[in-house]
Amino acid sequence: MTWDPEMTKMLVQGLWDTLYMVGFSTLFGYMLGLPLGVLLAVSDKDGIRPRRVLYRLLDFLVNILRSVPFLILLILVIPLTKLLVGKSYGSTATIVPLTIAAAPFIARMVESSLKEVDHGVIEAAQSMGAGTWTMIGKVLIGEARTSLLVGVTIALGTILGYSAMAGVVGGGGLGDIAIRYGYYRYETGVMIVTVVILVALVQILQALGMMLARLLDRRKA
Amino acid sequence: MAFIEIEHLEKTYTSKSGDTEALKDVNFTIEKGEIFGVIGLSGAGKSTLVRCVNLLEKPSAGRVVIDGEDMLSLSERELRLKRRDIGMIFQHFNLLMQRTVLDNVCFPMEIAGMKKKEARVKALEYLEQVELADKAKAYPAQLSGGQKQRVAIARVLASRPRVLLCDEATSALDPQTTQSILQLLKHINEKYQITMIVITHEMRVVQQICDHVAVLEYGRIVESGRTKEVFDDPKTEAAKRLIYTHEYTELESEGSGI
Repeated sequence: MTWDPEMTKMLVQGLWDTLYMVGFSTLFGYMLGLPLGVLLAVSDKDGIRPRRVLYRLLDFLVNILRSVPFLILLILVIPLTKLLVGKSYGSTATIVPLTIAAAPFIARMVESSLKEVDHGVIEAAQSMGAGTWTMIGKVLIGEARTSLLVGVTIALGTILGYSAMAGVVGGGGLGDIAIRYGYYRYETGVMIVTVVILVALVQILQALGMMLARLLDRRKA
Repeated sequence: MAFIEIEHLEKTYTSKSGDTEALKDVNFTIEKGEIFGVIGLSGAGKSTLVRCVNLLEKPSAGRVVIDGEDMLSLSERELRLKRRDIGMIFQHFNLLMQRTVLDNVCFPMEIAGMKKKEARVKALEYLEQVELADKAKAYPAQLSGGQKQRVAIARVLASRPRVLLCDEATSALDPQTTQSILQLLKHINEKYQITMIVITHEMRVVQQICDHVAVLEYGRIVESGRTKEVFDDPKTEAAKRLIYTHEYTELESEGSGI
């Protein structure tokens, strides 16, 4: 294998595609998953507005979505992708299945973060006459912010992992390069370089996320 | 008519393993500005009782009337507004851990829709009342138990309540801190004419600040009256047990000092 500027260009493009896909999928994933997670936490039997039927329904829906393997989801949602993006291949098109895979997973993490909030604090806010929106925004999300941020870090890492399969629909990105060159063409060098970049990326995201979470945590003296 | 009237209050928890009667035909009245104690051993139903006053727990039967208003007849919205009139402090303080002391005190004013700037000025005044103005920028995790309870009291004052419910408010504190918190409660009771319901398992709390006391046992009020009368001449076994156990431990701790 020879290393040429083309290769560097390809890797830079791959890194960019990965960041683009992961960034937007996480963003859209939270736009769907955050409200869904809040709804789950709030409507559960110990939540601030228990709604048994609604909880069961959402719980079931999230479980179904979470149990579909990503590779299958990628193909299953092609009609929807075409409708939303106009085409079914490329990085932008991959954001659709990535978002759909991420949202229920994010919803579960949000749900579990919000359920960690001390019941006593919720009770205190209720005793002050806080309305549902204040409870959600200032008490649940406000108090769970550290846990929620840790969740964002986990979500980024997981979506990054999923994005490696984007190659199947020509999504591009580092994972795609690693599979195409390393796995199909036996170009181990390229594969190793891509995997090293991916590892570094996850490390950086993880370190940044945890740092931010720690900075914002006031629960310790 | 009394300021707070509790009539035939019942609370039953239903579960698969059967019904549990937490409160059985509880009746009492409290005059305006009075401090009313409810004492009992753990499991007697004290916490359930106090939560039935501001409807954090919904009574199974009976009436809760505060200042002529039947709490159970209120709509959800009306209840939220009414609750701003009924403050509550807790054994474990229940402060917002991710907010500064100042922002904790601002919280009820935010709920009431006050402007942030105005709320901050007021919050500082309330913190001065509990002698914690210098901790305004600290976070609850940096405070001692007694300081946390003072913040909780400042927070409760911020909604200018006419009723204050104290749920084992001194139970997590050492005897000295308990004294200072009780003095503070007595002070705000006199200064603002706040009617108080004090839930406790400690006799000395009742002895020090309560005008009237009710003894709760297995969800029933077995004895009630003026604090001094109940203390001087307890009629029921339950009251005797609570009072004599208390005196016994007092003697014991005095004795150990010799």
